[in-house]
Amino acid sequence: MKIGVLALQGAVQEHVRMLEKAGAEVFLVKRKEQLEGLDGLVIPGGESTTIAKLMHLYDLMEPIQEMGRRGVPLFGTCAGLIVLAARIEGTDTPHLGLLDITVQRNAFGRQRESFEAKLAIKGVAEDFEAVFIRAPLITEVGNASDVLCEIDGRIVVVKQGHLLGASFHPELTEDARLHSYFVEMVKAAQRKRSA
Amino acid sequence: MSQVNGIATGTNRVKRGMAEMQKGGVIMDVVNAEQAKIAEEAGAVAVMALERVPSDIRAAGGVARMADPTIVEEVMKAVSIPVMAKARIGHYVEARILEAMGVDYIDESEVLTPADDFYHIDKNAFTVPFVCGARDLGEALRRIGEGASMIRTKGEPGTGNIVEAVKHMRMMMSQIRQVQGMSRDELMAEAKKIGAPYELLLQIHETGKLPVVNFAAGGVATPADAALMMQLGSDGVFVGSGIFKSDHPEKFARAIVQATTHYEDYTLIAELSKGLGAPMKGIEISSLEPSARMQERGW
Repeated sequence: MKIGVLALQGAVQEHVRMLEKAGAEVFLVKRKEQLEGLDGLVIPGGESTTIAKLMHLYDLMEPIQEMGRRGVPLFGTCAGLIVLAARIEGTDTPHLGLLDITVQRNAFGRQRESFEAKLAIKGVAEDFEAVFIRAPLITEVGNASDVLCEIDGRIVVVKQGHLLGASFHPELTEDARLHSYFVEMVKAAQRKRSA
Repeated sequence: MSQVNGIATGTNRVKRGMAEMQKGGVIMDVVNAEQAKIAEEAGAVAVMALERVPSDIRAAGGVARMADPTIVEEVMKAVSIPVMAKARIGHYVEARILEAMGVDYIDESEVLTPADDFYHIDKNAFTVPFVCGARDLGEALRRIGEGASMIRTKGEPGTGNIVEAVKHMRMMMSQIRQVQGMSRDELMAEAKKIGAPYELLLQIHETGKLPVVNFAAGGVATPADAALMMQLGSDGVFVGSGIFKSDHPEKFARAIVQATTHYEDYTLIAELSKGLGAPMKGIEISSLEPSARMQERGW
């Protein structure tokens, strides 16, 4: 099972380490050719404006959208969640636009308001240490999306079929359970394809 | 750090994590909203709001202090990417002011005139994270011990000359390799020798890397300079005077961002470097009087 990590900018190595811990073979993606043969892709935390600009510059938007439409599992954390979202508050131009949600950028405030908290994630863990850094919030979800985690009634993890998004950074802890959950999604998609 | 209802702010993980999110990116010095927008548009991961870029500070002489809060606020309003600002070494009131304004990261910087020639700021006491300059492993670990959540090479700011940044990055990387290869009973003597906290040195011995992100700074003037620093092991790049003192700031900014991402793609960097016009003029280090060397500030 081959999982790619979009390596244009951000916390790339942290995701690599976690995915390897969860049993995946991991590849870095900086060019569209490197998307070939991947069974899943992670879009890491970083600066969403920077990552999205570089994705456009290197013609990565279109092929990743195509992967998403083909049913290849995608997982976005923080900036990656913003990149996946169909709607971003304050702008008419989403990036990949695959995940049927609305996100609000820097929803908790500036860096001094960044925080960590223990959260329950449906089907994943009861006590997940979630690190929020200038994090986005999911303000609206489409009908096809499952809300997996909330903090004070505000949505921070969603799953929509083969797409997974979290507004915090599971890659910044030692806890690989959310990555394992994604790896299981990738395995399920593989089974579906070969069936 | 503080904790309310199971929600903790200002933890090491949150402060260091912020720097992790900047990896592979370029942080640019800006002096107004217009420059901040150019930087954001070019793909900068953050901007450093200043009253003057380092080369102008050098030219102006006198005492360089924290920027006028009006400028910092103007920049914070102009962009959605993180905004950093500089406080003088040891000037914890300037740092508290910047924290109160909501600045995302504070650079306790040798580019400004030090306010304390003996003590650096106790950065552990702050909710906002700090970045500090270092020339070698001992200096980096002293700053991390005080609570810095990110390290950068000092280089020689405002010179457009990469030689000092290269020297500092090579020094740190070489020392990390040495510490990793030492036997455990050699570590305390090494801690004493380089003036580093033992526990941090032990951590490096075990992990083979700094516990925080390490960027290059102090002399990056071209896309090739940025790529060189990435190859030497930098996690990302600060560009001070290099962008807005060049002939074509937009083009320069975009080119440096791309060269930092694709630092091993020489064909691309060649393309990016075409027709950029003149980079900032630059200063030969040996022509600087010892008193004009900013890297000697702090310890």
